[in-house]
Amino acid sequence: MFVFVPEGQRAIGNHNRVHSSTPTDEARNRKILTIPFLSRGPFAIAMSNDSAAGPSAVAWRGVRKAYANGHEALRGVSLEVARGELVALLGTSGSGKTTLLKTVNRLIEPTSGEVIVLGKATRDWDPIALRRSIGYVIQDVGLMPHMTILDNVALVCRLRGVERRARQARARECLALVGLEPSRFESLAPHQLSGGQRQRVGVARALAPEPALVLMDEPFGALDPITRRELQEEFDALRRRIETTVILVTHDIREAARLADRVALLDRGNLVQCGTFDELRDHPASDFVRAFLQETTALGSSDPEDRS
Amino acid sequence: MKRLFGMTGEEASALAAATAAHLDIVVEALVVAIVIGVPLGILATRSKAAERVVLGLANVFQTIPSLALLGFLLIVFHGQIGKPPARAALVIYALLPIIKNTILGLRSIDRGVTEAAVGMGMTAWQRLMIVELPLAVPIVLGGVRVATVSAVGMATIAAAIGAKGLGSYIFRGVSLSDVRMILLGSIPAALLALACDAALGEVERALDPKQPKHSRIRGSLASIAVCILLGFAAWGWWNDLPQRGGRATIVIGSKDGSEMIVLGHMLADLVEAHTPLKVDRQKFNLGGTLVCYNALKRGGLDVYVEYTGTALTTILKEPPQNDPKAVLERVREGCARDGIDCLDPFGFENTFALLMRREQVEQLGIRKISDLRAHVATIRGGFGPEFMNRPDGFPGLVQAYGLHFEQSPREMDRNLLYQAIAQKSIDLGAGDSTDGRIAVFDLVQLEDDRRYFPPYEAVPLVSAATLRRHPTLRAALNRLAGKIDAATMRRLNHEVDGKHRDPAAVAREFLRDHTLLNVKTTP
Repeated sequence: MFVFVPEGQRAIGNHNRVHSSTPTDEARNRKILTIPFLSRGPFAIAMSNDSAAGPSAVAWRGVRKAYANGHEALRGVSLEVARGELVALLGTSGSGKTTLLKTVNRLIEPTSGEVIVLGKATRDWDPIALRRSIGYVIQDVGLMPHMTILDNVALVCRLRGVERRARQARARECLALVGLEPSRFESLAPHQLSGGQRQRVGVARALAPEPALVLMDEPFGALDPITRRELQEEFDALRRRIETTVILVTHDIREAARLADRVALLDRGNLVQCGTFDELRDHPASDFVRAFLQETTALGSSDPEDRS
Repeated sequence: MKRLFGMTGEEASALAAATAAHLDIVVEALVVAIVIGVPLGILATRSKAAERVVLGLANVFQTIPSLALLGFLLIVFHGQIGKPPARAALVIYALLPIIKNTILGLRSIDRGVTEAAVGMGMTAWQRLMIVELPLAVPIVLGGVRVATVSAVGMATIAAAIGAKGLGSYIFRGVSLSDVRMILLGSIPAALLALACDAALGEVERALDPKQPKHSRIRGSLASIAVCILLGFAAWGWWNDLPQRGGRATIVIGSKDGSEMIVLGHMLADLVEAHTPLKVDRQKFNLGGTLVCYNALKRGGLDVYVEYTGTALTTILKEPPQNDPKAVLERVREGCARDGIDCLDPFGFENTFALLMRREQVEQLGIRKISDLRAHVATIRGGFGPEFMNRPDGFPGLVQAYGLHFEQSPREMDRNLLYQAIAQKSIDLGAGDSTDGRIAVFDLVQLEDDRRYFPPYEAVPLVSAATLRRHPTLRAALNRLAGKIDAATMRRLNHEVDGKHRDPAAVAREFLRDHTLLNVKTTP
């Protein structure tokens, strides 16, 4: 299979750089959204240093998922996601895209086949360690209602045993990164924020431990069209800067087109086609792909954004 | 009204101590219930089977009538009375609301929050401690609040098994038909329930992240209120600790009813006058024969007064006998096996008494029960439901004396009988032979010439071990032997029931009048 890796993002492989300066003071003195991501800094997750593991961040190999009632959610999916790439899993509801995503952080175990994450098969990962290595953003956000925004963002670092001062500094940095001024937001409770602000916090929380991989399940699906558009654009800029691998589940073809390096289209548990959006549009592999893109485009013309 | 609330300083401090003891037992029970209930609630959310078992049991416990539960717990605790079984009862009743609200609190957590917690790599334990329990706390606290309010009420019933608290006022008030005493117990209990409800409600609100925060003043007032309540409970707990040093103390208990309370005070006064011992009178008015007897066996009580007939049938579970001497002997033998000494009877019986108006008795020339046979056509009887149905009540009476009344007797409340006879609504009734109202209404007790009714002689039962430890005790208690006849007991009961006098004062007055407290005049 052809793996598309955009130029300049292969640099993510260079993860042995040692970061020496303290992130806190630096971050404070910089403007919001212009902070360079402290990739491979003190919070970086230990990735497999084995270069033989290959360039892919995630590789699905013949993944099947069948339930006891006979329903087959995944019928043998094989797909690779390169380091630094953003791949959108696209499909209708029930196509298996969320199931596929959840096999990565072992929220769902495949019936057969294997998933290689950061150079190691998921079944060889301790699920807790695996999940702490992966950022996870969901539509419901799932902020802890009894914690301040700052504590929410710092939570994964806390689980990983990062000392309080350091993790709070990192959390402030990440809040700034997603466009929320720390001094204004850090001590608020989640219910005091708007939907868009909450999802920004969700993204900040996922990024706080500097994960090599971020999973996003319909992250912008519950937002109003204008906010969604805004967040999509900011996220696009952000992730290009921080050079992290992202797998994004969406049913919104425009979102996929806007954000993804490659689009993987699923239908009833099968991977139908994978490539850049242009490839899918110009050279659809089947009538289903053609129909899916056309239908969505047609819908999109009358109501360009609101598809949730 | 002035008599209702005008309290002496001594009375007020006794009431405060009872309130503190009341709160103490409630707080202790709730702490235990939370420690047991919250983990059970967590367990129930982890598996369907566990939920069925846990909720099923808690529901069953909740439906057990409180007196039945207390009775059951007395068996479980081997007859021990006082705080432990009472606390256990409160724990059992508090479990259901706490378990239910724990389950509800854990279930009501937003799906997204749970998914995020799992997805970010929390272990099950971290999920519980960092996310689920903190979020469930306001709802769990709601359950604790419900449990607290009902425990404050329930703790009054615990007085029936000798637990200190406001219930002893209520029970004693009911026994002595003393409205003021009932109010002295129930008003503080109600205020306590309201205070706990309000204070916990504030705490609950303060802990809920979704509730708007109240003013700081309100929050601090609530914390102060909680601290005061806990401090009060701690005082009650401290008071209940066994006293070290000082004079040795024995516990004299009593069954319920004014007669038993008066006799208990008499024995206590005698012990304090003639021995170096101090007497604990906190265990008066306990609910029932077996409660007292088992407590005596276990060492929870050292002395209480029992009726020989009751001891024979209820404690020894033997068929009734008619010869008082034989019954006393049987009771002595039976009690000795349990390490209990049965001392000498006081001299009166409290048995069923067939009662008639004096003027009618004289007119018809009736003295004995067998004399009634000539008048079965005209005499109208009236009896309490228990007497009507017990085999050793009315049915046996008819057989023993061949009394076939032409008009079937009326079944009526036992307490109304005395007045009903006096007002000529009925002619014949069965009451208690020592009831003060026999004298008040000028009724006559017919002689039980065939000794149909088993003898119910009042006699002190004492733990043999206590008697061995305190050699002067036996003589002190036996000072009352043969000193009280039925007429005297009737008069004393009337002082308490009819004139609402303090049982302790009535007892002391009797002992003074008979110079029983005087050390020099040995009987």
